[in-house]
Amino acid sequence: MTDTELRVSKIRNGTVIDHVNAGEALHVLALLEIDGSGGETVSLGMNVPSQTMGKKDVVKVEGRELSQNELDVLSLIAPDATINIIREYEVAEKKHVEPPETVEGVLSCPNLDCITNDDEPVQPRFDVLSEGVRCAYCETIVRDDLTDHLLA
Amino acid sequence: MRHDHLLTAKQLSRADIEAVLDRASEFAADPAAFRERHPELLLALCFFEPSTRTKMSFETAAKRLGGDIVDMGSVESSSVKKGESLADTVRVIEGYADAIVLRHPKQGAAQLASEYVDVPVVNAGDGAGHHPSQTLLDLYTIRENAGLDDLSIGILGDLKYGRTVHSLAHALTKFDARQHFISPESLKLPRSVRYDLHEAGANVREHESLEDVLPNLDVLYVTRIQRERFPDEEEYRKVAGKYSIDADTLEHARDDLSIMHPLPRVDEIAPELDDTEHATYFSQAHNGVPVRMALLDSLL
Ligand SMILES: [Zn+2]
Repeated sequence: MTDTELRVSKIRNGTVIDHVNAGEALHVLALLEIDGSGGETVSLGMNVPSQTMGKKDVVKVEGRELSQNELDVLSLIAPDATINIIREYEVAEKKHVEPPETVEGVLSCPNLDCITNDDEPVQPRFDVLSEGVRCAYCETIVRDDLTDHLLA
Repeated sequence: MRHDHLLTAKQLSRADIEAVLDRASEFAADPAAFRERHPELLLALCFFEPSTRTKMSFETAAKRLGGDIVDMGSVESSSVKKGESLADTVRVIEGYADAIVLRHPKQGAAQLASEYVDVPVVNAGDGAGHHPSQTLLDLYTIRENAGLDDLSIGILGDLKYGRTVHSLAHALTKFDARQHFISPESLKLPRSVRYDLHEAGANVREHESLEDVLPNLDVLYVTRIQRERFPDEEEYRKVAGKYSIDADTLEHARDDLSIMHPLPRVDEIAPELDDTEHATYFSQAHNGVPVRMALLDSLL
């Protein structure tokens, strides 16, 4: 992120998620379950010119430092994301997303014959593959359109 | 075998499989000799969809070992009808029995059940998922007839929904087997099974026609293509006819080709083959008892 961009909507404390694939910013918010109801200020940059990516999205969440866990789940839809934790207007920490081994309660299984789509007391769980994810119950592999299966 | 549950054939090593098959041979040779082996065994049979064969063979296996069974009965008459979750059902039954044999129409059901109970869960078929105890008896039969090394096997029919096919394919990756999958385009192996076969470095080929591969096969494993998988009756009939095996089909097959089928069959294999050397499917079914005895023996 350039200085100019930072100046545009500088935040005091919080998290800036940069280098999100263009068009994925809203999915990032959905994945992090950020819908504004928590009162935090959220700013989005969509299709921002980027030297490395051509176009990119940027998400800034004020007043909230995202945990490494939350960030790792992000890797499923924003593998190139870089994260800046901001404290008192300064970048206090830079983090990268790292794919977790499994994600639980984040995605629903697209296989209607999967037991997790019945009325059972389980959270859907997926193993993360090098490409896509795989249901730990029915083994269905999801590679494309992961965001279509985000749990509300 | 050092597993608490048998959920998929993937979890079995070659040594696990061979240990069960060797044990099964002992049981088959003299079933009466093992009547006192597990007199304490109480096996719960939880069949959420009907399966006379698999259920009876587990029941027979338990009784041949000196044990007994408790049977959940049909789904219609059970609390499942009243909306009880599978997780609750197995947690209740866990208190009655030493092991649970589960057949369920949903994929992943056995995995789920295993997360809620401490007694061993045996997956006796979960929807289009897996059927590992069937695979053990299939392997036992293959070993008897063709051996498990330098094996050329054709697997024919509904490869997409056929759980016996999925389990068998996984298990065969542990042996020196060339697997030829023969099916209509619409019933090819699902992505998850392909993924595993690829990861395992399996020797796999796919075909639409049986003719090309038939002359090379030691074993032809036939499965039923279900009418309801096809939206169009006409499409079904085209495909079903193409994969029916009769004496003419076998003209170019090897004399020692062994034909297997998990049964029940409809018209995939002509009855005229039943009395030939090729027909292995009935002895395959009979092998279910000693193999399931050996499986229970290894889990308890
Ligand atoms: Zn699933």
